Amino acid sequence: MKILVCLSVVPDTTTKITFTDNDTKFNTTGVTWIMNPYDEMALTRALELTEQHTGSVTAITVGLADTEAVIRKALAVGATEAVRVNAAPIDAFQVASEIASYASTANFDLIFTGRESIDYNGGLVAGLLAEMLNLPSVNVVTKIDVNDSVAKLERDIDGGREVLECSLPLVLSAQKEFAEPRIPNMRGIMAARTKPLSIIEPAAANTITFAKFELPKAKQGVKMINADNAGALIELLHNEAKVI
Amino acid sequence: MTLVYLEISDGKIKKSGFEALNFAHKLGEDVIAVAIGSIADTTLLAEAGKYGASRVVYIAQPEFENNTYASLLSAAASQLGSNTVVISGTYSGKAIAPRVAVKLQAAIISGVVDLPADNAFKKGVFSGKAFAFVQTNASKKVITLTPNSFNIEEIGTEVSVENMSFDNNSQTPLTKSIEKIKAGGKIPLTEAEVVVSAGRGMKGPENWGMIEELADLLGAATACSKPVSDMHWRSHNEHVGQTGITIKPNLYIAIGISGAIQHLAGVSSSKVIVAINKDPEAPFFKVADYGIVGDAFEVIPQLINAAKTLNKA
Ligand SMILES: Cc1cc2nc3c(=O)[nH]c(=O)nc-3n(C[C@H](O)[C@H](O)[C@H](O)COP(=O)(O)OP(=O)(O)OC[C@H]3O[C@@H](n4cnc5c(N)ncnc54)[C@H](O)[C@@H]3O)c2cc1C
Ligand SMILES: Nc1ncnc2c1ncn2[C@@H]1O[C@H](COP(=O)(O)O)[C@@H](O)[C@H]1O
Repeated sequence: MKILVCLSVVPDTTTKITFTDNDTKFNTTGVTWIMNPYDEMALTRALELTEQHTGSVTAITVGLADTEAVIRKALAVGATEAVRVNAAPIDAFQVASEIASYASTANFDLIFTGRESIDYNGGLVAGLLAEMLNLPSVNVVTKIDVNDSVAKLERDIDGGREVLECSLPLVLSAQKEFAEPRIPNMRGIMAARTKPLSIIEPAAANTITFAKFELPKAKQGVKMINADNAGALIELLHNEAKVI
Repeated sequence: MTLVYLEISDGKIKKSGFEALNFAHKLGEDVIAVAIGSIADTTLLAEAGKYGASRVVYIAQPEFENNTYASLLSAAASQLGSNTVVISGTYSGKAIAPRVAVKLQAAIISGVVDLPADNAFKKGVFSGKAFAFVQTNASKKVITLTPNSFNIEEIGTEVSVENMSFDNNSQTPLTKSIEKIKAGGKIPLTEAEVVVSAGRGMKGPENWGMIEELADLLGAATACSKPVSDMHWRSHNEHVGQTGITIKPNLYIAIGISGAIQHLAGVSSSKVIVAINKDPEAPFFKVADYGIVGDAFEVIPQLINAAKTLNKA
């Protein structure tokens, strides 16, 4: 079983978000970069599946050289090989085009992405890739098992869950619950140094641009209600805020 | 001309579809609503006219499957000559939108929260911690609109419903639905206007009875923080935040939740936020509109009583 896992490199979840250059650029000063949490879950499940069925896991990222620490981590937890498309990712369409052109040169049985990247929150790459490669896709998947080239999946739907079946190859986006991330050990870190990491030059152009950023408006300040008279809150929510 | 996808759920148009219609109408061009699915009484779709559609098209189709629906929607867009397609960002909407974009060779902007200004669409980024203004030069666009970011107003009158169909070649379902399982809560979290949410401060799953009672009285959905779902006190479908569901209800009530940055990421766009915490230093108070410093076990019963009184009035 050959699995491709798409990794996006994002600011750590505790990052305080600020902008520079007149609010046109994200301020990367002091930012710690991590593997997108959903992608980490996707990677772990991919490793589990290849341990169960034999096969290989290829990690791919569209990113500049500074993403290599994260790629090495993917290799250290067990990915077989890694690919980096040497471009700054701006747009999901551009990212998906790059990954699709790589994926079309190899026969992957499964292509995993995360539900969304926690920086630009596109939630688009899985669907774009599937359509570009003419493959089935399932979004926000919490569970996958594979038997004889048929995947049994569970995904979140509005107001519940759905159980689906789909024959391979397919593209999916991983939702929380998909797997518990693994922590690399010393042996893995050493082994990662000798695993193949190929670099591909980009071909796709981006279709959107980020003109400006803005932080949410600061709150007016909190109105405190005495705990002994907590019921007054309900009245305020009804008459003042008019939300109930 | 702008095309709007109307999602049908339980034989009705989803409210988020009306938001998309209102939004599309305000973009300035003529709006055609396209409903795909199965609805027993197609005259219900005429209502789309009230929210901005000048035509309503119905494509009868069995169960949702993203490839099938995307094929039909893009065929409709091509045939009707539309350059902009607006889709509400529900789970299903998010699954079809990128496929439609590729089929139409359109640029896609997801998670839009407001009308464009200076040709730039405002969208949420960094999981609720900021907004970006996105531009594109592409002649065709697909836009997904974040549910509950756009108010609904009646701006027109009902219009008659036209049936449309396409040949079946492009519509082979690629995935097969085996079973659908409804989540426990009565109101889906992603669609709720009011959300009552609780964290580790509730001490244990046995104490959620009062959270559910309060939610019921307020017509609210229930949610929780990550540790609460990690410890299996509540199902993972209720976990909100950076690694959970992002929501933007009109009212978010956080009880016994500290207000960690990763939690706030998923809820900070809520219109009104209430924090209830026994610790006056809890970070949640910094982003709240209303706050109560107190023990949840003493505060909630008072809220329940007040809500009962309000419901009777
Ligand atoms: C990568 C990453 C992703 C994460 N993603 C998420 C996410 O998506 N969502 C999320 O929620 N968290 C997320 N977290 C975890 C987050 O950092 C916090 O640990 C978590 O939100 C804390 O949950 P809590 O507020 O319920 O618990 P605690 O931090 O334990 O807070 C409990 C609160 O309850 C109060 N309290 C205690 N007893 C009472 C009482 N009797 N009455 C009233 N108040 C009381 C306390 O004062 C305290 O403020 C993430 C963390 C990481 C590292
Ligand atoms: N630059 C990138 N390189 C590789 N994969 C990516 C990249 N950006 C996004 N992805 C994948 O696509 C998923 C969804 O991203 P997005 O559509 O940007 O929210 C992520 O979870 C990743 O799996």
